[in-house]
Amino acid sequence: MVSQLTRDERGSAMILCVILTLFGATLGLMGRDDVLGWHGALLALSGMVLLFVVMNKLYDPDPDPDRVTRYYDDPTKVGVIVSMMWLVFATFVGDWVAWLLVYPEATFDAGWSSFGRLRPVHTTGVIFGFGGNALIATSFHVLQRTSRARLAGSLAPWIVLIGFNLFCLLAVTGYMFGITASKEYAEPEWYADLFLVVIWVVYFVLYLRTLARRQEPHIYVANWYFLAFILVVAILHIINNLAVPVSLGHAKSYSLFSGVQDAMTQWWYGHNAVAFFLTSGFLGMLYYYLPRRAGRPIFSYRMSIISFWGITFLYMWAGSHHLHYTALPHWVQNLGMTFSIILVVPSWASAGHALLTLNGAWEKVRDDATLRFMFVAAVFYGLSTFEGSFMAIRPVNSLSHYTDWTVGHVHAGALGWVAMITFGTFYTLVPMLWNRERMYSSRLIEAHFWLALAGTVIYVFAMWNSGIVQGLMWRAYAENGTLAYSFIDSVDAMRPYYFARAVGGFLFFLGGVIGLYNIWMTTRMPTMEKPPVYDLPPVVEAEPAE
Amino acid sequence: MLDKHAKLERNALAFVFAIIFVASIGGIVEIAPLFTIDETVEEVEDMRVYTPLEVAGRNIYIREGCYACHSQMIRTLQDEVERYGPYSLAVESQYDHPMLWGSKRTGPDLARLGEKYSDAWHVAHLINPRDVVPSSVMPSYAWLQRNSLRYDDMGLHLAALRKVGVPYTDEMIASASHDTYGQARPDSERADEFLERYGEDSNVRLFDGDPGRVTEMDALVAYLQILGRLTDAAHQQANDQTEGD
Repeated sequence: MVSQLTRDERGSAMILCVILTLFGATLGLMGRDDVLGWHGALLALSGMVLLFVVMNKLYDPDPDPDRVTRYYDDPTKVGVIVSMMWLVFATFVGDWVAWLLVYPEATFDAGWSSFGRLRPVHTTGVIFGFGGNALIATSFHVLQRTSRARLAGSLAPWIVLIGFNLFCLLAVTGYMFGITASKEYAEPEWYADLFLVVIWVVYFVLYLRTLARRQEPHIYVANWYFLAFILVVAILHIINNLAVPVSLGHAKSYSLFSGVQDAMTQWWYGHNAVAFFLTSGFLGMLYYYLPRRAGRPIFSYRMSIISFWGITFLYMWAGSHHLHYTALPHWVQNLGMTFSIILVVPSWASAGHALLTLNGAWEKVRDDATLRFMFVAAVFYGLSTFEGSFMAIRPVNSLSHYTDWTVGHVHAGALGWVAMITFGTFYTLVPMLWNRERMYSSRLIEAHFWLALAGTVIYVFAMWNSGIVQGLMWRAYAENGTLAYSFIDSVDAMRPYYFARAVGGFLFFLGGVIGLYNIWMTTRMPTMEKPPVYDLPPVVEAEPAE
Repeated sequence: MLDKHAKLERNALAFVFAIIFVASIGGIVEIAPLFTIDETVEEVEDMRVYTPLEVAGRNIYIREGCYACHSQMIRTLQDEVERYGPYSLAVESQYDHPMLWGSKRTGPDLARLGEKYSDAWHVAHLINPRDVVPSSVMPSYAWLQRNSLRYDDMGLHLAALRKVGVPYTDEMIASASHDTYGQARPDSERADEFLERYGEDSNVRLFDGDPGRVTEMDALVAYLQILGRLTDAAHQQANDQTEGD
């Protein structure tokens, strides 16, 4: 990867590595009496390793000047592999904690391995590790093709990719050390949050600079979604994580907001992390790879516009449906419910749009497991957005909230929609990236498909059952007018469902392992003499005379 | 409209600003007024702050991820009020930076847990939940009893909390680490000083039952025993409503 950088870029890379090392060392020194010290050391060590990697290749010959006639796909390649590694790791941890709810003793007598610390390792690993890397990798690929331009710079994409993974590493190791801000899906502490802001600015600037090079007058729909993902996640991240650290030598910080304002800010963030990380970004993926794989154009340009602006506008109002019947003022609850219900319109427009694009290619959906992944993803997207709007209705929420139904709902979205669209995308993308005619094994894709589908269905059904049973038991009254069940009765009733959920999760994990193996073996396949041509090359403008 | 959009999607910067504008409206309308409308948080006179030991305990509650399975927000529903107690008021989490309302009840709500069980019950339950609730699926937290509590820096914690709006006095901040010790050591002089600063109603006990070190167990139990007891407002309101019927 270093040999693809120019001499100047190698110099800049070295400076950045030194800055990272110094930043880590400073943090480590300031926090030497705190767990923060470990994170400082981790960053300093990463900086030194990267510095060594760059220095090792510093005097390699300059890269091929013809590279401007090709797209820059090395970061995407690495991103795809790293994303799948995060998937395997994070679903493993997820299944472990699922088993802990069946056998609570199945862990070590140590803080790092307890349920409360491992759960955010699972959620962060899946959302940011797997999902984030998939988004970064595919956004670079899509951006270049739809702009017919090479990425603006060879160093910036590596800053984004490596920096983002360092952030994920800080996050998951932090939880195990006991470092957490406790805001769900925004658990990393202040220094990791600041680090991510820097990375995100680089990402945004790289995106805009590449768009500025585009040879197509129009910005393609997929890029609208990727842009919304980058921008709105930045807004959410910065506002929700505003905090005052105990000192510069402490990992711990105290949130700027408290109580009801904090709750509203948190779920404005939480719900829109779903919207702009897990929906918008992945719709960007869908809008490029689904038509390519199906060999059919997008069904309707007009429908794309309506869905995009509908989602961008409406989602931001919906967060308060996480706080029905709480101390949050009624008027905010009502606004949240209303907008959540309207939200089903652009959501179904997007899901329906995907299915209408597939219309006429159903025989491909039947025969090609890769396209079938995308089809199932669109179906789950439609199902879980409908379910989400339904659960946002106050009386429904009185039953579903605080129960496993919510857990089932997010997994219908995360496993059924986010992961499935990513698998379909990766199986489309990997042969393109490595210039292969096809994936290593189509039978393994088929196996992965059925494991993932079975795992998701078992998981979601188990959680629907457990959630509704819980909700009903909590509100059941005996004939004499007292509550019919104690809380522990409802815990006992969950046992079979928790068992089934852990089995479903295991199947899904197994599918991920197969996927990673299949992708890895594809990269190992012998290169063909005449590689297939997947894309039109970038349009190269004549360099202005200096 | 479509023509206008065709123009918009040719200009990356205009598109960026359009996204920021459209996405900001919802948050501005729903969140900003929460800081300005007075009725959002009730005003009560008896609301008290967390003591340093309770702050340390709360931080352990956060560190161990307790909020992932336990809510601290009783909703305005009949069965919840009967099961857990009066529904939660906004003022009760006024000094909670961050709030710990939670989103999931794998275990029961804890908003009114304080003084519902004895300290000894909590210690036994945290060391091994299945010793006291045989079919519990809660993890055991035996290491809390083994770990000494770090409290030499509690002054910095209180100072940071004051920066975000919790009304700690200079004196409270200056003596924070002494007060942490005092609250967990009933026979010490520091206990008396602690009571002077935080009021006679504060809990001063050997929370973990061990007169040796101040442990993380001391802090966590002290925090659990104050849940729902920072103000009497919720009970007061519930009583007023019953009388009104």
